[in-house]
Amino acid sequence: MLHTIIQISLLAVSISMVGLIYRVIVGPTTPDRVVALDALGVNLIAIIALVSMVQHSKSFLEVILLIGILAFIGTVAFSKFLEKGAIIEHDRDH
Amino acid sequence: MTEIIRFLIGFFLIVGSFLTLVTAFGLIRLPDVYTRNHAASKSATLGVMCILLATFLFFFLEEGHFNSRLILGIIFIFITAPVAGHLISRAAYNSGVPLWEKSVRDDLKGKQKYEKKNM
Repeated sequence: MLHTIIQISLLAVSISMVGLIYRVIVGPTTPDRVVALDALGVNLIAIIALVSMVQHSKSFLEVILLIGILAFIGTVAFSKFLEKGAIIEHDRDH
Repeated sequence: MTEIIRFLIGFFLIVGSFLTLVTAFGLIRLPDVYTRNHAASKSATLGVMCILLATFLFFFLEEGHFNSRLILGIIFIFITAPVAGHLISRAAYNSGVPLWEKSVRDDLKGKQKYEKKNM
């Protein structure tokens, strides 16, 4: 029973990722695409958790934290680029 | 006791997958960037937190293994996902992405001109 529920939720998260990929492709502006890619990263965390439950293996659980950190850093860098035009500014003008 | 925990795992999995589906519907159907960001940052965060909690309970039940990395991941996502949503929404507003044409009020409209005048 639990196995069936895990398979169903894997299917649901996959359908949701397809919808987010539609928004990444169509999205009229750049912040739309960034929002959709951030949500894709979060859904990828859910996929990894579900796959590690299917395989009864504890080896993938570090990857969850790693993808969380990388998705956050990517979103922060991209929003700073959109707002100021540079990710790391250089302001030594003296 | 085992059956109760198993029922809880199934409940959290169903709630989490439903919330991720809500995220996808929100991103497809809503009209502009800000409403889409509203959908994405809240429901995706809560959905993945439910799924990670179910995973934690699953490994705690099946193997008696207390995995602290999952707890750390839940806390990290709970802290960082709304911050990322706020930053990207602010960047969208400051780079001039228009609001939905039916939205009634924009309190930040004259802010840049006002600040320049009062500098």
